Amino acid sequence: MVNGFLMSEFFYLILLFPLFGFFINGLFGKKINSEKIIGLIGSISILIPFLIAVQIFMEMLFKSGEKKLIYNFFEWIKVGKFSTSFAFILDELSILFTLVITGVGFLIHLYSIGYMKGDRGFARFFAYLNLFIVMMLILVLADNFLLMFLGWEGVGLCSYLLIGFWYDRKFEVGGYEKKSLTVDAAKKAFVVNRIGDFGFLLAIFMIFSKFETLDFTNVFKHVSNFGIDETTVTLITLFLFIGAIGKSAQIPLFVWLPDAMAGPTPVSALIHAATMVTSGIYMIARCSILFSLSPITMQVVATIGILTTLIAASIGLVQNDIKKILAYSTVSQLGYMFLGLGVGAFTAGVFHVITHAFFKALLFLGAGSVIHSLNEEQNIRKMGGLKKYMPITYKTFFVGTLAITGIPPLAGFFSKDEILWKTFESGNVLFWVLGIFGAMMTAFYMFRLFYLTFLKSPRFDEKYIHPHESPKTMTTTLTILAVLSGIGGLIGVPSILGGNSFLHHWLEPIFGKGSLKFGAHKFSHFTEYLLMFISILVVVISIFYARKIFLKTETIENNAKGFRKILFNKYYVDEIYEFLFVNPIFQMSKNFLWKIFDIKIIDGVVNGVASIIEKISFKFKYIQTGMVQTYLSVFLFGVVVIIFILLI
Amino acid sequence: MSSNLISYLIFIPILAGIFILLLKSDQETFIKYFGVVTTFVVFFISLNLYFNFDSTKSEMQFVENVLWISSLNVSYYVGVDGLSLLLLMLTTFLTPIALIASWKSIEKNVKQFIAMILFLETGMIGVFVSLDLFLFYMFWEVMLIPMYFLIGIWGGENRVYAAVKFFLYTMFGSLLMLVAILWLASSNANFTTNYFDILKTSTQISQSIQLVLFLAFALSFAIKVPLFPFHTWLPDAHVQAPTAGSVILAGILLKMGTYGLIRFCIPFFPKAAIFFAPYISTLAVIGIVYGALVSIVQDDMKKLVAYSSVSHLGFVVLGIFSGNVEGTQGAIIQMINHGLSTGMLFLLVGMIYERTHTREISHYGGIAKVMPIYSTFLFIATLSSVGFPSLNGFVGEFLILLGAFKSQVLDNKIFSIISATGVIFAAVYLFWLYQRIIFGEITNEKNKTLTDLSLREISILIPIVIFMVWIGIYPNTFLKISENFSNEIVKNIINITSK
Repeated sequence: MVNGFLMSEFFYLILLFPLFGFFINGLFGKKINSEKIIGLIGSISILIPFLIAVQIFMEMLFKSGEKKLIYNFFEWIKVGKFSTSFAFILDELSILFTLVITGVGFLIHLYSIGYMKGDRGFARFFAYLNLFIVMMLILVLADNFLLMFLGWEGVGLCSYLLIGFWYDRKFEVGGYEKKSLTVDAAKKAFVVNRIGDFGFLLAIFMIFSKFETLDFTNVFKHVSNFGIDETTVTLITLFLFIGAIGKSAQIPLFVWLPDAMAGPTPVSALIHAATMVTSGIYMIARCSILFSLSPITMQVVATIGILTTLIAASIGLVQNDIKKILAYSTVSQLGYMFLGLGVGAFTAGVFHVITHAFFKALLFLGAGSVIHSLNEEQNIRKMGGLKKYMPITYKTFFVGTLAITGIPPLAGFFSKDEILWKTFESGNVLFWVLGIFGAMMTAFYMFRLFYLTFLKSPRFDEKYIHPHESPKTMTTTLTILAVLSGIGGLIGVPSILGGNSFLHHWLEPIFGKGSLKFGAHKFSHFTEYLLMFISILVVVISIFYARKIFLKTETIENNAKGFRKILFNKYYVDEIYEFLFVNPIFQMSKNFLWKIFDIKIIDGVVNGVASIIEKISFKFKYIQTGMVQTYLSVFLFGVVVIIFILLI
Repeated sequence: MSSNLISYLIFIPILAGIFILLLKSDQETFIKYFGVVTTFVVFFISLNLYFNFDSTKSEMQFVENVLWISSLNVSYYVGVDGLSLLLLMLTTFLTPIALIASWKSIEKNVKQFIAMILFLETGMIGVFVSLDLFLFYMFWEVMLIPMYFLIGIWGGENRVYAAVKFFLYTMFGSLLMLVAILWLASSNANFTTNYFDILKTSTQISQSIQLVLFLAFALSFAIKVPLFPFHTWLPDAHVQAPTAGSVILAGILLKMGTYGLIRFCIPFFPKAAIFFAPYISTLAVIGIVYGALVSIVQDDMKKLVAYSSVSHLGFVVLGIFSGNVEGTQGAIIQMINHGLSTGMLFLLVGMIYERTHTREISHYGGIAKVMPIYSTFLFIATLSSVGFPSLNGFVGEFLILLGAFKSQVLDNKIFSIISATGVIFAAVYLFWLYQRIIFGEITNEKNKTLTDLSLREISILIPIVIFMVWIGIYPNTFLKISENFSNEIVKNIINITSK
């Protein structure tokens, strides 16, 4: 390497490559007309940024002292005192997310070459996927709230485009046999996200009113130097959190994520599991200084997190669509991350983002592999026995399942356990108990899914459907992700298990100040071991219970009655929203605002006045000839009269 | 040349229009080219104006002042500052586009049509550059006539009703304004309609009269904006107007209302403006939400876009009355943004209407399959209109909401908070519109044979898209132009509020 050469000075290439990929495939994709070349362009434009990010990470690793770098490109909006720039921040936190986004992103691009083979919109797909990576990177690399908001809306847009990618197809909306257009799901996602964005936007206004800047560095410096009154910081953080709720699919705005599964499976893996939905966690982690100053907000974050975990996991228990189950599982896991943030364990939250990105991407891509080989079948009741047909998918999926359920030493164990431990340590024993309960449900629905899909005897018609292992590009990806899900947890092994907890040291400059206030309760190592043991025990019991129900007996449960029916219908949340918000707004707008207020009342007055004038001037009725010339001459006459009057 | 640039801008279109009227009707192709070339010439002259404009100065530039009617002390007094320049550029930019867009769709009275567009251009330019109130009023009124004809002759099936409604509504407003202008003119020691003379004396008028005069002006402009509840002429006018009419109506004419508010109402009567700011802002906020909600339920594409204008212009009015530089600058840039985004939406509606002759949304669906280029452009226009960051609309809406949020004049965050819900509703009505037209299967057999955009159509959309991205990524080019103007306006307001 050339002396003094620093890759970090060229970090903008991380953004430019996927941007070029987007333009090339978006504009010339049809002309290129070769899936190989398009797929190659799409994947390489993510691989190069990944390699650059790795190099930058290494540089940061060996750099002593302050690692943070800020690049200010040009001023974006400047009005009076308000000024905001296209400025990016490279620090311990953003580089981690960049690595995950480009790393997992590249693998999913690679996978998509096989998965999307023969699709009419092949080039369009890769263009959108590249654009998504650009926006996601802007979101995590932005150095101010407004630029982050650009990325925030940008990923929402790409999510919209990709959920509705097959814009002429329909998909099943859970519960009933009701079908809906994929683009309905896309619109729902966008609109629900915008409700969150509304909160984010108001938070931005508050931040600017308070600090007269939107730069992260300046805002946080101001807070740590001068403090901030609790009401203000609570309001700011609560509104920021509304944004996080929307993007990260928490109660009450989680309803869009399960529907988002209408998009192609690689999209579900990349956007709706590994990256975009974790934006809310990133945002809170980025603003940890603000959040940790408001105990109220922290309590709200933790509460929403744990409630979401439980509600989503309970719905996941009885669903039959393989992707829906994984979607609810994502919502539920995101809940854990928020629980971690809410109890002040920011590192644990970020840790779970990373491990979750590995194993959930793996699970989704595994599901995609299954769906692919069963001619688009997504109902796990119509699967079974796939083990012998798809050995690689089977093995890797098993690794993913173990990882998410939290079996040591796989990735999910360390991160989830750290969240639970910190919850307990912060004094929230109730939330810890609920968290364990959530883990129990997770183990149950994941093994239900696993058994019904891969084991037992096939329940599809073997005459017509011939499952097969997926092509190389797909299985390679699965294998790599399985390895990561296996060992990914090692970056955060706690000291009591003999680890050096790399992640904690790495993120200390970011969260150091934020975490101090929490974790006041100190417990003995014994307690920590004991809790760990309990959580493993509960999970194992749950797995055996699932095994007993689904593997030993041939019964397939009936969802038609009682509480199961409520769960199966997702607590009727969509129907309730429809009843409470969507229909009233629509009906009021149509039948009152428009047809009565606008047409009858306002126009009634206008036309009434007009007709009165007409009646008064009935002698001049001939002006109603409809001849524009007449009006014109009348008008000109009027002008002349006025000028004449003025002249005398 | 530089000394009379503005006069060239004013007189070239009208002279060209008269020349066209003198030609024989059968020279259609020549007339079309002549009209388009004229508007291009006007655009290039306005570029010259832009490049020679000194944005570091806050006074009027390129001023021409000639006594016109001596007995009334009326002058032909024109000039531009940052505000005028931006709106002038918008006018000279959109007029050729509107004309090229009508290349094929206008079949009857082509000669008269093009002449009308040119007359309209003169009127619009005149409004934005007049520094004499009488002159301003004249252009304001003159402009109504060609617009009235555009709707009444080349409009849809219900054109006469719409044209008359448009005419009566705006005439009513302008009569009030005329009275107010006369009052102002005669309140001066020497009867004068000079803008700057009135500016000096208007604040000396007794408080109660100031309030009345403010209302007379404001009502006239509010109808033009249109501010809720004076908006019902707009959907009818838009639905009936031909594409070029809609583009100019939405793109430029509506801005005259907001221009009038910033140019006259606020500087003439700053105290009254502060007094009425909460009331007018309330109407603006209602308009934002109301326009958006009514948009959601429309079945007619043009009506939907028309109601969305009510919502978008509500933002502009809110920005104007927030009384700080963020809000004012946001309002000015949002005027340009709305001209671009709604102008483009109307162009696109017009393009598909030319192919199918229906504006009913339910007749569409699945257009993406047959018109991918069209779908892409419509998507960009949609994003611009919903205020997607990195495109123009976001910059304006953001600054306006920020301005309203920290406004001392309004002194209540609720204005900004409720308005921000407009961001959610905009996504609902525009994305739903897009979805119903573009996505899904092609349900209507007739739509299976639609042809995608022609080179002519693409070439008028691309410049608009360029400006959308430009303003979205680097708005400072445009913000800088009006910066001094906004600072001056705001300074007056702050002087009063801080007392």
